[in-house]
Parts: sequence; C-alpha cells; structure tokens
Amino acid sequence: MNIFVCLKQVPDTETKIKLNGDNSGIDTAGIKWIVSPYDELAVEEALRLREKNPGSTVTVMSAGPVRVVEAIRTALAMGADNGVHVEVPETADTFLTAKALAAAIKKEGNLDILFTGKEAIDDGASQVSQLIAEHLGLPCVTVVLNAEYGAGSVKVKREIEGGAFESIELPMPCLIAAQKGLNEPRYASLPNIMKAKKKEVKSVKLADLGVAETEQKIRFKNFQLPPPKQAGKKIPGDPATQAKELARLLHEEAKVV
Amino acid sequence: MAKVFIIAEHRDGKLKKSTFELLSASAAAGNETHAVILGDSVAEAAKELGAYGASKVHTIQDPALKFYTSESYVAALAPFLKAQSPDVVLAAHSPTGRDFMPRLAVRLDTGLASDCTSLTFAGNGITVKRPVYAGKAMVEVEFLGAGPKMATVRPNSLGAPKMDAAKTAEIVSASASLGNLKTKVTDIAKSNSGRPDVTEAPIVVSGGRSLKSAENFKIIEELADSIGAAVGASRAAVDAGYRPHRDQVGQTGKVVSPALYIACGISGAIQHLAGMRSSKVIVAINNDAEAPIFQVADYGIVGDLFQVVPLLKQELVKLKEH
Ligand SMILES: Cc1cc2nc3c(=O)[nH]c(=O)nc-3n(C[C@H](O)[C@H](O)[C@H](O)COP(=O)(O)OP(=O)(O)OC[C@H]3O[C@@H](n4cnc5c(N)ncnc54)[C@H](O)[C@@H]3O)c2cc1C
Ligand SMILES: Nc1ncnc2c1ncn2[C@@H]1O[C@H](COP(=O)(O)O)[C@@H](O)[C@H]1O
Repeated sequence: MNIFVCLKQVPDTETKIKLNGDNSGIDTAGIKWIVSPYDELAVEEALRLREKNPGSTVTVMSAGPVRVVEAIRTALAMGADNGVHVEVPETADTFLTAKALAAAIKKEGNLDILFTGKEAIDDGASQVSQLIAEHLGLPCVTVVLNAEYGAGSVKVKREIEGGAFESIELPMPCLIAAQKGLNEPRYASLPNIMKAKKKEVKSVKLADLGVAETEQKIRFKNFQLPPPKQAGKKIPGDPATQAKELARLLHEEAKVV
Repeated sequence: MAKVFIIAEHRDGKLKKSTFELLSASAAAGNETHAVILGDSVAEAAKELGAYGASKVHTIQDPALKFYTSESYVAALAPFLKAQSPDVVLAAHSPTGRDFMPRLAVRLDTGLASDCTSLTFAGNGITVKRPVYAGKAMVEVEFLGAGPKMATVRPNSLGAPKMDAAKTAEIVSASASLGNLKTKVTDIAKSNSGRPDVTEAPIVVSGGRSLKSAENFKIIEELADSIGAAVGASRAAVDAGYRPHRDQVGQTGKVVSPALYIACGISGAIQHLAGMRSSKVIVAINNDAEAPIFQVADYGIVGDLFQVVPLLKQELVKLKEH
C-alpha cells in the first residue's frame, strides 16, 4: 500500500506568543517547534497500517519553510519510510498549502490512503485535510476516533456533537483525519532516531508543482494580543457565604443564570 | 447590504441555536438573509427559520441527505450556491460546518475563514476576526479573491439570537442531483447523558484532576444539571479516566465559548485556557489562591470545591425557585 501522511510543524503549546514589529505575524525567534499533536496520531496510524500490510510504504509530507524538515525527521524516527518537504512561504494560507500538498502527493504516485490530523493546533483551521481531499477527489472523513481497514474500504467512527458518533464506510483511496483516541503514538527509538538522521528528505518547490505562490485565498492581518484580562473579584467568607454571594453575582451582576 | 446564505444545521428535526445566531446577526445588519436547509424531510424545520431573520428559506431534500456527509452536502450546495451568487456564505464552526465548508470553498473557488469569534457586516462583505495560536493572538482575515466570502463562526460568539414569532419566510425548494456518493453513514450512536454538548451549551461546568475519581464528578454533574449546563474536564481529569476525551476542554480538546464557564479544581494551565478563555463570564473555584485560573476569572472562590460546589448548586436551585 502507498500510505501518505501530511503533518504540520507548530509552536509548542507552552510557547509565549509575541508579535513581529508591524503586527503582520508572530515573532518566530526562539520558538520551540513540535509536530502538531493530532498529526502524530496520523503518523502512528500510518505505521500500524503498514505493519499489517507488509511491503507498504509510509511517505510523510510537510509544507512550510526549511525548519519543517525537523518535523519530518521526527516522523521518520517514529518509523516512516520517506520524507518530502514542500517548500511554501511562512505566510502561506491553508488554500495554497493544500494545493501544494495535493500536487506533491500526485507527483509521488498513486496513493491508497492519506492520514492527517483533524486540526493543526496553531491556526486551528480544520481546513487543510478537506481541501487536499477536494483537490485529489478523495472521499474524506474528519475527527476519526476509530478505523477498521478492509480490502479496499475503511469503516470509521467519527465524533460529532453531544457525545454522539457516526459510523461511516468509505472506499479507498481516501483521507482520514485523526482525532485523539484513534491510537497512542509511539516514541521514536534511539536506533530509529539515528537512522532518521541519515534518511534523505526530498524537497520540492512550488514551481516544480505548477502551483503559483499567489494562489492564496485569505490572508491574516492585524495580529493582536488579547487584551489582558482584569483580575476579577475574589469572594470572601465561609463556603456558605461564598456560594450564596456567587449565585447572587451571577444572577444580578453578570446576568448569566 | 449583502446577500447572505446561511447553511442551517439540524439534528433529529431540531435546528441548532448556532443557526439562529447567524440568521439573527445577519438580519439585524439589514442583509438579504437566506437560509438553506438540507435533509430528507425538512419541511417542518424550515418553517422555524423565518422567525429568526431568514427572509427566504431554500430546502434541498433528497433521501441521500438523511444523514450528513461532507460529500453529499457539497454535491448539493456547490451548484445551488453558484447559481445564487451570494456575497457571503456562513455556517457554524461545528463538527458539521467545519467539515464541509472547506470543500465547498474549493468548489466555489473562494476563501474561507474558520472559527471566527467576531463578524461584522459592512457593505456587501464581512470583516471577521478569529483567534490563532490557541487564543494567544487574534487576527483579522482578509479575503483575497473576488468570490463569495465564506466563514464558519464559533457557536455562542454573536450573542443571543432574537426571535419574532410573527415573522415568516418564503419557503422554496431547490433540487439537487447528488450523483454517486462514496461515503455512507451506516449508524449514528447517540449519547445518553441527556446533557447539552460542551461546545453548544450556554453554561459549562468543568472539573479537574482534583476531583480524584469518576464518582466524585457527580457533584459537578449535579451542579451542571441544576442550570442546564454541559460538563467539561481538564486533560488531567481525562487522562486519569474520570471523564471521556470528548469532554476535554483545551488546546487538544474542545474549544468552548459559553456565557458562563465554571472551573472547579482546575489550575488554569495555558493549554486549558486555550479552550475556554473566550467564555463571557469565568468562575474559578480552587483552594490555591495563587492558581493561574484566577487570572482569567471574573469571579473567584478560594475554597474546597467539595464544600463549595454542592452549596453553589443549592443556591442556584433556590434562585430558580424564586
Ligand atoms: C501538548 C499538550 C496539550 C495539552 N492539552 C490540554 C487540553 O486540551 N486541556 C487541558 O485541560 N490540559 C491540556 N494539557 C495539560 C495541561 O498542561 C495541564 O496539565 C492540565 O490542564 C492540568 O489539569 P488540572 O488543572 O485538572 O490539574 P492540576 O494542574 O493538577 O490542577 C489541579 C488544581 O486543583 C486545585 N485543587 C486541588 N484540590 C482542590 C480542592 N479540594 N478544591 C479546590 N481546588 C482544588 C489545585 O490547587 C490545582 O490548582 C496539555 C498539555 C500538553 C503538553
Ligand atoms: N503545512 C502543512 N504541511 C503538512 N500538512 C499540513 C499543513 N497544514 C495542515 N496540514 C494537515 O492538515 C491538518 C489540518 O490542518 P488545519 O487545516 O491547519 O487545521 C493538519 O493536522 C495536518 O495533517
């Protein structure tokens, strides 16, 4: 099987976000970068599927500036076979990113299944998976908690609102976007980390893919830090007094109950 | 004035409040407000949309639309919307809206702003803002092309919808040719908690690691049930097995924006704040006066949650009885 994974490199969740000088973006200096957590699930699912289907290959792709090669190496250290870095500018929107990734996948050959994360934790867009699926004409299910792979088809469980789940069947080739619960991602072993360092990561440019940098549909502008929240009221007294006063404030002052 | 199309969301014949929110905001701004509702039998639900501000409701009915799939929705909506030439297309940033809107944007060759928490109508366009980096920054989203402007809006962001039972909408049916569909929904398993969803509920009561067991969450559930709230949890509580992952609030859980968020025994780690800081009113109950959660709380109680939570429930029940 030809298994693909798209993963995004994002700032570590502890990162303190600072803006750049003209508020057109963030200051990336000193940021610790990680693989977006849901994308680790996507890598793990790909590796497990390969283990069940000997002879399969797992190709990992990431779009972004050169720093994202490190994220690809993390996936290689987990056990992925090949890495492809799709060079797009730092400011690429979801539409350009998806178009480039779709073109790069096409260039690599026929895919049987593509795994992604349900959302990247930096822009939290939940767009790129569906956009790639649309460009490649693939059926796609997002927020997948469980997947069973049959001959040429997949049965998945998708989380919807209110703690409900949908069971969905779709044919391969297809795209599955991972939600937490799908699996427990493995840690990279030391020998695999060493091996991953030596693996070649291919780079492709937008020009090689026939995609123009101008194929953006949206742009983020006027970045702002959220206004600091004013410290609220701490309610004094014994528990009974506190509870009573809180109920009163929620009712009379905040008017939310 | 813009020509605005709002994709209505419903489940089991019940429309979502997030749909009413969008209709109400669009109508209040004086737009030509259309609702589109898809399903196998939506005639009854369609009638409700006028009261919230739709001047025209388009129904697209097909047996294959009985259960939502992104494939069937996009197959039905893309040709329909192309023919209508909307200025703006909106849906909720819900499990449904966030799923199909990107594919629809590709078909309409236009841009989509996801998870917007602020939306302003101006002329025949919109100005939208959204959080990025888990709410650590806000951005304005600029649409670059000439196509319709598309956005998904975080539920509870636009304020309570206004209803006027006297208003009705013209209801028209549109046809769809869905073609061969590849994805098939074989089953829907509902939850049986009877509580609202964390992302939709107007009030969320969350508990953390300090609850110490799944059984102890009963006091959180009782407080929640007394005010029609959903139950949320910190990741520490989820990892400890006290609550299912679907209840987790935070950067790797649900992002919620209720009118009231009550955090009980939650320290306020940055990843937790990412999921709830856009709540209108935040209450923290924690026995450590230095806990970071107090920095974002509008009202704080320094105390033992096992004492305070049941007492608060009693007080809120008393309020309701008056
Ligand atoms: C990549 C990544 C993603 C993450 N994603 C999330 C996420 O989505 N959501 C999330 O919540 N976390 C997330 N976390 C974890 C986060 O960093 C914290 O570890 C977690 O939120 C802590 O949960 P807690 O507040 O329940 O526990 P603790 O931090 O242990 O806090 C417990 C609090 O309870 C108080 N307390 C104890 N006993 C009582 C009592 N009797 N009465 C009142 N108060 C009491 C204590 O003072 C303390 O403040 C993530 C972490 C990482 C690294
Ligand atoms: N720059 C990127 N490179 C590779 N994959 C990406 C990139 N951006 C997004 N993705 C994939 O698309 C998913 C959804 O991302 P998003 O639409 O940004 O929330 C992620 O979990 C990744 O699997």
